[in-house]
Amino acid sequence: MPTLSMTVNGKPVSGEAEGRTLLVQFLRETLRLTGTHVGCDTSQCGACLVHIDGKAVKSCTTLALACAGASITTIEGLARDGKLHPMQEAFRENHGLQCGFCTPGMIMSAIDMVNRKGTDLDEQTIRHELEGNICRCTGYHNIVKSIAAGAAAMGKEGLRQAAE
Amino acid sequence: MYAFDYIKATSLDQAAKLLSEKEEAKLLAGGHTLLPTMKQRLAAPGVLVDLSGVSDLRGIAREGDAVVIGAMTPHGEVATSAVVRAAIPSLAELASVIGDPAVRHRGTIGGSVANNDPAADYPAACLALGATIVTNKRSVAADDFFTGLFETALEDGEIVAKVSFPIPDKMGYAKFRNPASRYALVGVCVAQKGSTARVAVTGAGSNGVFRWKEAEAAFATFDPASLEKLTMSPAGINGDIHADAEYRAHLIGVMARRATAKALGKRL
Repeated sequence: MPTLSMTVNGKPVSGEAEGRTLLVQFLRETLRLTGTHVGCDTSQCGACLVHIDGKAVKSCTTLALACAGASITTIEGLARDGKLHPMQEAFRENHGLQCGFCTPGMIMSAIDMVNRKGTDLDEQTIRHELEGNICRCTGYHNIVKSIAAGAAAMGKEGLRQAAE
Repeated sequence: MYAFDYIKATSLDQAAKLLSEKEEAKLLAGGHTLLPTMKQRLAAPGVLVDLSGVSDLRGIAREGDAVVIGAMTPHGEVATSAVVRAAIPSLAELASVIGDPAVRHRGTIGGSVANNDPAADYPAACLALGATIVTNKRSVAADDFFTGLFETALEDGEIVAKVSFPIPDKMGYAKFRNPASRYALVGVCVAQKGSTARVAVTGAGSNGVFRWKEAEAAFATFDPASLEKLTMSPAGINGDIHADAEYRAHLIGVMARRATAKALGKRL
């Protein structure tokens, strides 16, 4: 099996992967980073979102070997020095989750949204941009509130690119 | 997914060579159609040749009266490109309604035209704008490129390198999305240049994307009212669980008028 090296959450990692190994499998099964979830496994639900070189991508539809040399950020890479990322904190404060299964993808999507659209996000923009993330519990209402608050907090803390 | 050998190509020539040498080889662009298809075991190539390392396949440039987009350029880059937004803003808009943000970071224009999914968006733009698909071997007019359901004029060992879109005077794209898949239930692209107008329909034809020539001929003046009396026959139009052929045929007329209004900067 080929050996694969990449940077995950700022640290160099390597491991073996087959051609057909998906990035999400490599993250979860080889690196034991199980914060990234597999929801639908058909690139619809967004539970598997991670950032590849700063852009949100569905890791269930990306081959691990295609990411050789790339820089990956997962939900585990957001907190700093024991302190949650402002977007994570906003989800906690605003009760932006119920079962929590979609939450890692929601948060990675939300940070990508801020990176592309800025820190002042209205409800319509957030709802539209969330079309690739599915939640079956919340009805999205508190997720939208969380993202608006988290985006504003990222603006205040000057942390727009913090995760990368 | 069945096992396969993965090779990351570093040049177009190398990719073409691998493709011709290895019988079971398929090209991997963004992978957002191919990988789900392989997961379902509907495709099982023995070798995947990844084009993501071929840097000259990616990029957008204005070349004379055309916008040229490299095959490995993802939809998100087309949607936000200053060059595309200035020259053909509705082509950027079309790219911005493909899939969702994460899909647009990965899916590519080359993959979309080479796959020729009957509900994909780019084929409609290619036909309406009279684009040229440039491969590693030749240039093919869009009218000759899309030959049927998931079928194109691409030959064995031929790779899409870029797509050249002539800049129109006006273009509009109206898409009625399937809310679950975000593919076009019906999408109509209308483009006008000088005294000619072209109308291309995706999502509806049982033979894939097609030009609606009756609509092109009906433009006495380039406005939605010119299309009001036209009706599309449901013969040859897809019907499925989401929309029957009659409904899709009706939607084609509605989307064609909306696309024309959008091209004129209006709303219907």
